[in-house]
Amino acid sequence: MANKSTIEVFTRKGVDEKVAKLLVENGYTYTKVARANEKTLRKIEKILGEKKLKRVLNAIKTKDRAPKKKTAKPLKKPKITKKDIPAKIEPPTATEIKMIKMLEKSGKTLPRAVIKDLSTRIEDVKLPEKLLAQVLDLACERFEGHVIDPNESVGIIAAQSIGEPGTQMTMRTFHYAGVAEMNVTLGLPRLIEIVDARRVPSTPIMEIHLEEEARNDLDKVRAIASDIERTTVIDIADVETDISNMEVLVKLDRRKMERKGLTPIEVHKRLSKTKGMKGLIDLREDNIVVRCDEPSYKKLLRLSEDTKSAPIKGIEGIHRAVIRKVGGGYVIYTEGSNLEKVLGHEHIDKSRTTTNSIMEIHEVLGIEAARNSIIEEASKTLEEQGLTVDLRHIMLVSDLMTNDGEVKAIGRHGISGRKSSVLARAAFEITSAHLLRAGMTGEVDSLEGVVENIIVGQPVTVGTGAVNLVWSPTKKGGQKK
Amino acid sequence: MMVTGVTKRISAIRFAMLSPEEIRKMTATKVITADTYDDDGFPIDMGLMDPHLGVIEPGLRCKTCGKKVDECPGHFGHIDLAMPVIHVGYVKEMKKLLQSTCRSCGRLLLTKDQAQEYTKQRNRMEELTGDSFESSYISAESAKDASSKTICPHCDAVQLKITLDKPTTFREEGHKLTPKEVRERLERIPDEDLVVLGIAPSVCRPEWMVLTALPVPPVTVRPSITLDSGDRSEDDVTHKLVDVLRINQRLRENRDAGAPQLIVEDLWELLQYHVTTYFDNQTSGIPPARHRSGRPLKTLVQRLKGKEGRFRSNLSGKRVNFSARTVISPDPMLSINEVGVPMTAARELTVPIRVTDRNLDIAKEMCARGPMPEGTVYRPGVNYVIRTDGRRIKITDKNAETVAEGIEPGYVVERHLLDGDIVLFNRQPSLHRMSIMAHEVRVMPYKTFRFNLCVCPPYNADFDGDEMNLHALQSEEARAEAKVLMRVQEHILSPRFGGPVIGAIHDHITGSFILTHKDSSFTREETMKILEKAGVADLPKPAVKSPVERWTGKQLFSMILPTDLHMKFKSSICQKCSECKKENCENDAFVVIRNGQLISGTIDEKALGAFKGRILDKLSRDYGSDESRAFIDKATKIAVGAITIRGFTTGIDDEDIPNQAKREIDDAMVQARMKVEEHIAAYRNGELEQMPGRSLEETLEVEIMKVLGKARDTAGQIAGRHLGLENSAVIMAKCGARGSMLNLSQMAGAIGQQAVRGERLSRGYWNRTLPHFKQGDLGSQARGFIKNSYKSGLTPSEYFFHSMGGREGLVDTAVRTSRSGYMQRRLINALEDLKVMQDGTVRNTANTIIQFVYGEDNIDPARSVQGDAVDVDDVLLTVLGDKGELIAQIQEKGVVSYGIQDRDMLETPEDSEAGEDSDFDAGGEEG
Repeated sequence: MANKSTIEVFTRKGVDEKVAKLLVENGYTYTKVARANEKTLRKIEKILGEKKLKRVLNAIKTKDRAPKKKTAKPLKKPKITKKDIPAKIEPPTATEIKMIKMLEKSGKTLPRAVIKDLSTRIEDVKLPEKLLAQVLDLACERFEGHVIDPNESVGIIAAQSIGEPGTQMTMRTFHYAGVAEMNVTLGLPRLIEIVDARRVPSTPIMEIHLEEEARNDLDKVRAIASDIERTTVIDIADVETDISNMEVLVKLDRRKMERKGLTPIEVHKRLSKTKGMKGLIDLREDNIVVRCDEPSYKKLLRLSEDTKSAPIKGIEGIHRAVIRKVGGGYVIYTEGSNLEKVLGHEHIDKSRTTTNSIMEIHEVLGIEAARNSIIEEASKTLEEQGLTVDLRHIMLVSDLMTNDGEVKAIGRHGISGRKSSVLARAAFEITSAHLLRAGMTGEVDSLEGVVENIIVGQPVTVGTGAVNLVWSPTKKGGQKK
Repeated sequence: MMVTGVTKRISAIRFAMLSPEEIRKMTATKVITADTYDDDGFPIDMGLMDPHLGVIEPGLRCKTCGKKVDECPGHFGHIDLAMPVIHVGYVKEMKKLLQSTCRSCGRLLLTKDQAQEYTKQRNRMEELTGDSFESSYISAESAKDASSKTICPHCDAVQLKITLDKPTTFREEGHKLTPKEVRERLERIPDEDLVVLGIAPSVCRPEWMVLTALPVPPVTVRPSITLDSGDRSEDDVTHKLVDVLRINQRLRENRDAGAPQLIVEDLWELLQYHVTTYFDNQTSGIPPARHRSGRPLKTLVQRLKGKEGRFRSNLSGKRVNFSARTVISPDPMLSINEVGVPMTAARELTVPIRVTDRNLDIAKEMCARGPMPEGTVYRPGVNYVIRTDGRRIKITDKNAETVAEGIEPGYVVERHLLDGDIVLFNRQPSLHRMSIMAHEVRVMPYKTFRFNLCVCPPYNADFDGDEMNLHALQSEEARAEAKVLMRVQEHILSPRFGGPVIGAIHDHITGSFILTHKDSSFTREETMKILEKAGVADLPKPAVKSPVERWTGKQLFSMILPTDLHMKFKSSICQKCSECKKENCENDAFVVIRNGQLISGTIDEKALGAFKGRILDKLSRDYGSDESRAFIDKATKIAVGAITIRGFTTGIDDEDIPNQAKREIDDAMVQARMKVEEHIAAYRNGELEQMPGRSLEETLEVEIMKVLGKARDTAGQIAGRHLGLENSAVIMAKCGARGSMLNLSQMAGAIGQQAVRGERLSRGYWNRTLPHFKQGDLGSQARGFIKNSYKSGLTPSEYFFHSMGGREGLVDTAVRTSRSGYMQRRLINALEDLKVMQDGTVRNTANTIIQFVYGEDNIDPARSVQGDAVDVDDVLLTVLGDKGELIAQIQEKGVVSYGIQDRDMLETPEDSEAGEDSDFDAGGEEG
């Protein structure tokens, strides 16, 4: 029976029904035949014989093959090795599997987190099955008791839970986190920054983890760090302007250069490629000279400034890299952030390297990563301030912000500005503009949200306002009516 | 008959633009004269105060509908403008329209195919997103595309560049377009082209954006006020309309008289100015119209906009009756569910009672007492009686008895508050849902609202002059909802972190500490005193029988625990020793409760405290809210009993330390100063080793901060050695009642470094903080280190530095409240419409799924165990309760310290420090 449709596909293409049946009975579907390579073709030939095969192939090819080939452009496969993809979920342990099976039998479910919690505690304990069943039963009972009620206004609760501790947070912008040498925005300003979905955080920071082989080798780590850190001319040399000769003198500092692993020739090479300086660079003794091609002091001055800020090596946007020993290995922390370029660098552990710039994560790794990053950053900020906020609240905010595939801010330019209700938008900010526009486009407010209903003075649509009790009197029961 | 229970709902509101015809058709009268009243004070017909437009004076009737004040909603009038005038709110739209349509044929500057393509995209977008907002981007795009064309694809006319001279003048290649011309052009745009540009032709024709008739709002919208002197003071909107009318009149006369073009144009422009400011008096580019006194007028947009505008002030927030506000004060003898209401307030607040056959007699009796029943015992009276025909009768002492006689079933009697009534109680700022909770009334003498101290944390209330609001509920549904959802006992667990927010504070914690710490015991008399308030009737067997009967505090505390309670956790007096001795802890810091008996450990903040109380946590989750309410009530009373019997005081002598210790502290300070000098010398000589990634100066600062931080700690430790648990202040700090050891060491030892922006003080004078020091002095004293303690007193310069640090704190608090308030408003606005649907998904009003399963596990955070779905340890303990050896195995595994969850992330030194300081400084400022 199931083969019928498979046969039909062949016949529709003009293949004889008998032949088609034969093919299907031997386990060949249409696509299998259509995409068959030489080897499989020969196998089919054995079944059908040469003539029939040719007919079949003709039928298939003329009608389908040709256009399909065009569309099937060879896709450039991104080079992803297995170690680049971190395991999302750890495979269940033996105890966990046992519990999951027991739960399945009784038709109940528990979240993996609970099962994991249980199993780690009873891993090596010989717990009789009967007792384990009891444990699971009780856990299920408790779990069901803790389930949220339908129509609960979870949004308001989340907003309150995140907003209320705001008053208890510090305003102090700068503080150190993990690395004493670096300043990070923390507390309320950081939280506001996160919900605002700013393009660039006020203190972008990256945490760069390294691959196994590089992690413990300080020299290697130093080399990577100096490769990442943006080095400009002024970092390795003194720049002087020689007015009499109309040139800029770059006096290279040996020690500084050594630390950065640079030689004068390299610097010369790099400078020669810099925009606006091509062909003006000379290597004189051990110093570099930039000649000014116009007899203009203005130009000379600009050239001097350009030279000072000319990049020699490193990644754009990363101002400073600091090496720290964390746990077993070295980690590089950077001031400034450029996730895309850093991930492209060698010896970087791509699965653990992060930045605190949510937008950058969104651009490089996608919306799901951005969503996780918002959760991560917000809960880190709250935790650092010593405030406990349930993860579910932060998750909800993050899910709302990333709901339609781009990171939207909480506020007039993001979520609130795009609400479907005119009244809700008008009640938030820029009242008159929203009302005027509504008149022009003939918008209809269907009063489904909270503010709209408060404005017109009827029960809101969340919580107890979401349900109605309807009593339809029966003739027998009620005597009065 | 009062109509109740009708559940009609407005299903939708459609917005549209008024056409001039509609404006003229809907009006009650045409307004032509700028004068409002004649010499006798009567409104002039066809003037701005025409009686056809509604009534504002009591006693008069509306000439249009014949109704009285409050019944007549008012009626619109209109002004016919002599010349058309541009509507400011739509200039941008008009510009877009002019730019994207042909100047001669009026068609959209796109070919049919292009236009269709855009319409298609628009429809698709609308289909996908379900609302019109996203599609507005596409219409904006199509307009942009069209306006870039220079030749009309329909009539080949060459297009000229149109610019907008803000706010309301359009120019075509420099040549000015009069509103009349603009209107003519807009008229030519065909309906089908408007759709492409995002305008719905069914509700809006673009030429209506150029006004030819101006609606005049009803007088009820702009009532005039009669001053004491008898003069009338008109509303700002009326003033503005007078201006419009006056210029309109002059313009018409001049035009009809054939005045020079220049004069007519000037007047036209003036009319444009007045109409513009009539709509929005904050239009950029023109001076705002002012009142005679120089105050800018509040015109239409200003009425709607902003915090005090119609939307936020009157529509999103509404005023209520049946509310009261007064100062609050504590009363530990009340249950957490109760609120003490002063009699005077209880007599003002009423509850409507529908009279039936069953309560007829009671209703009559209450009513007969009148609004002010006499007698020392509080008995409820009645303020109003509502008859079956809906008439309200005010009860006075005189008519009380006659009205009472007439009461029959179907009447509604508004009786005074009674004990047990459900009311809402609120303290601003209402930051979370626990800021408004339902309490049961207890009518009491005196003039303050009173409640149990355990309810202070959710309201964030103290008694330094705070006031709170109370609302009496008026309907049965409201009372039922309040009782089930909003009662205090239902909010013991916070949805923010799944722990208790209601719990013991301050003296209650000290009290329970005194009661249960180590071997405290009480005589029969004391025991009776403590237990009787908690309502415990049966005395347990005394722990000590001779020479006198004595009961241990632990025994007494066990009396209020449920008999099947098992718990194990560490108290907050725990020293965090490297190896825990569990039950044998010498500090008595390991709490063990077995079968409802407190075996060992001290009951303090970790057991009872708000935010931390583990017993509260467990009780309200597993035993229900009634049980935990009862427990909190009893615990309050027991703790108060215990602290009353022992007596407890703290004073400045609690910070006394021996002279020897003082000298030690001084020595430590001198050493620290010398060490700082050493560092400075090293820095000056260039011997200081630079930290990676830091400048030399920064390195020095870090080093000095380190030394001075250490110095304060040493001082604290030296002082701490002489401050033992026999010291009241130490008891409070250790058991978590109030204060911290840091506070104490600052009082007894040294205050330490003062900081602004996390750095040592550096600003003030040129290169120095104060003229007492040399320029460039980097020493400890010159940069805000305070070596004295609060007790020993500060030197003048130290005092100044301390004030600098303190000021930063105050500024910080002020900035923080406004910033976090705005953040919360935005968060609430963005998230308010989200709810869990019946299928478990979280959706918004557009029915978009935000989460497939709420919080990924469908667990209510308020019911979670500090965020976890199930308390796994507790489940194991409950099931394996009687299998000792299995528990032992689990314990030995040591995956977690079994049964002990040290997860109080609320506890950070910084948090307590900041909180404490601000509390001391900022107290009593509200009110």
